[in-house]
Amino acid sequence: MLKPVTPPPSSTAATAPSPAEPADLPVHLAEATGSDAALRRFLHGLPGVDQVGAEARAASLGTRSIKTTAKEFALDLAIRMVDLTTLEGQDTPGKVRALCAKAVRPDPADPGCPSVAAVCVYPDMVGTARQALGASGVHVASVATAFPSGRAALDVKLADTRDAVEAGADEIDMVIDRGAFLAGRYQQVYDEIVAVREACGDAHLKVIFETGELQTYDNVRRVSWLAMLAGAHFIKTSTGKVQPAATLPVTLVMLEAVRDFREATGRMVGVKPAGGIRTAKDAIKYLVTVNEVAGPDWLDPDWFRFGASTLLNDLLMQRTKMATGRYSGPDYFTLD
Amino acid sequence: MTRIDVRKTYKLYVGGAFPRSESGRSYVVEDAKGKFLANAAQASRKDARDAVQAARKAFAGWSARTPYNRGQVVYRIAEVLESRAAQLVDEVQRGEGETKRQAQASVEATVDRLVWYAGWADKLAQVVGGTNPVAAPYFDFSLPEPTGVVAVVAPQESSLLGLVSVVAPVVVTGNTVVVAASAERPVPAITLSEVLATSDVPGGVVNVLTGPIGDTVPTLAAHMDVNALDLTGVSDPATAADLERAAAENLKRVLRPEAAEPDWTLDPGLDRMTRFLETKTVWHPVGI
Repeated sequence: MLKPVTPPPSSTAATAPSPAEPADLPVHLAEATGSDAALRRFLHGLPGVDQVGAEARAASLGTRSIKTTAKEFALDLAIRMVDLTTLEGQDTPGKVRALCAKAVRPDPADPGCPSVAAVCVYPDMVGTARQALGASGVHVASVATAFPSGRAALDVKLADTRDAVEAGADEIDMVIDRGAFLAGRYQQVYDEIVAVREACGDAHLKVIFETGELQTYDNVRRVSWLAMLAGAHFIKTSTGKVQPAATLPVTLVMLEAVRDFREATGRMVGVKPAGGIRTAKDAIKYLVTVNEVAGPDWLDPDWFRFGASTLLNDLLMQRTKMATGRYSGPDYFTLD
Repeated sequence: MTRIDVRKTYKLYVGGAFPRSESGRSYVVEDAKGKFLANAAQASRKDARDAVQAARKAFAGWSARTPYNRGQVVYRIAEVLESRAAQLVDEVQRGEGETKRQAQASVEATVDRLVWYAGWADKLAQVVGGTNPVAAPYFDFSLPEPTGVVAVVAPQESSLLGLVSVVAPVVVTGNTVVVAASAERPVPAITLSEVLATSDVPGGVVNVLTGPIGDTVPTLAAHMDVNALDLTGVSDPATAADLERAAAENLKRVLRPEAAEPDWTLDPGLDRMTRFLETKTVWHPVGI
């Protein structure tokens, strides 16, 4: 287990999730965000990730056998955690409406099948999604801040975010400026997250790292802390546009970070792996990892999400197999 | 100096690869005289599921090939099979307890059968399709299209000629196949897999499962992503009826087994090809 970065003052180590407010941070963490130099000192002072160890742990957690009732529970939980995503140039209002219908009722043949957590679209489709979802309880998530590259001026990114929030997005998925992060301009990345968080208003903020471009697990751990210090509600692995996207070891490192952050500050931050999770088997491996690394508190759609599109069909097929005893096929579920 | 034999590990053939059974099980295969022949992989229902997945994945590409090209590929199987004739003669002879002459005739018939079906690849559409005279201003024509993923229970007695006689007609028209090989005589099926793997057949077009058919065939019969079921190798009528009932759930095409295993040396006719085809008819307006 990773050691806490600094011993948390016991008074702030409450377990109840509280609204993320950078001002709530304990002194030693608040001081870490004052300047580029302070951030660098803090982030580079984080213990390094044992790459071989993290990969071995992830691989061993992936071997757990989840069967029968536990599998039924896991499949339903995974469905409830899906952020059903369509982020393509060819998205049309019709496609988004179809996706929303699927999000509310993933398996029309089974009224017992739960809805997914959210529908994730580009900002211009938020209005359409909002209208289609109505009062179903399924959230509308929108990517923003010049997704997926994040290469735009801050004004543009903030305008992008405000647009999406005004159109009715409940959740904003922003991308960090990887160029600035890799160049070591941590304060710039931090300030950007804080500014976007303000632009979000009441909407929840998910911060996408694009871990496939960050090269090392150490960087993943650093950027996780950076985003959490800046007030992210969720930290998310990838845009889905870059390979490799989400992997189990990367998610494991991020889960360790949110666990340690709660220990240090009492604030809970969610995790969302996105991209590359296509099978129910993979999803269950992630759930096992969540339970073993972060703890059962995170086994909830409010604190863990899957960014996926094809995963849902496989979950539904497995669910149907559990219910009917016969293997199902892709012919019986919608394509998107 | 005495040399230690290199013992062969018999495995399944799924998606162009040779995996062990997911269950890790194997079973003893005996020759016709009851002597130990080999340990073969005993496929489980998950292997059946994986095989269906592989077959489904291969279907789009295989069915989109030109019939001419599919004919070439099937002909290539015959070529490669011919070059391994000696090994197959030996395996058929031991497995089926025949004389060498009989086994040789059986392997030769197998090669001929492949060539025969290869020739049909680009001719079948002319025979079973064509234009239809209709009393309206339409150019109306019908053409055969492959059914999809076909699960085949291979004959239990004829382990090579019978196997090829049920698999070749299914794949030559563009279907992909999951075949449960003869449970007691799986060795020629495994060698055939090796032939397929080296003869331009895309991975997943033919998937071979070995082991007792009760372990895999009920799963295949009930699988919603299988489009047709050939029960040729099921000898018990009650079992065949059960499988047919399971297959009815998604309206699979079912080929019922005959009372006794047919004589595979006879002229096969077109039945086994046309059984797993769908006819598409197009009404094209003309003459305005």
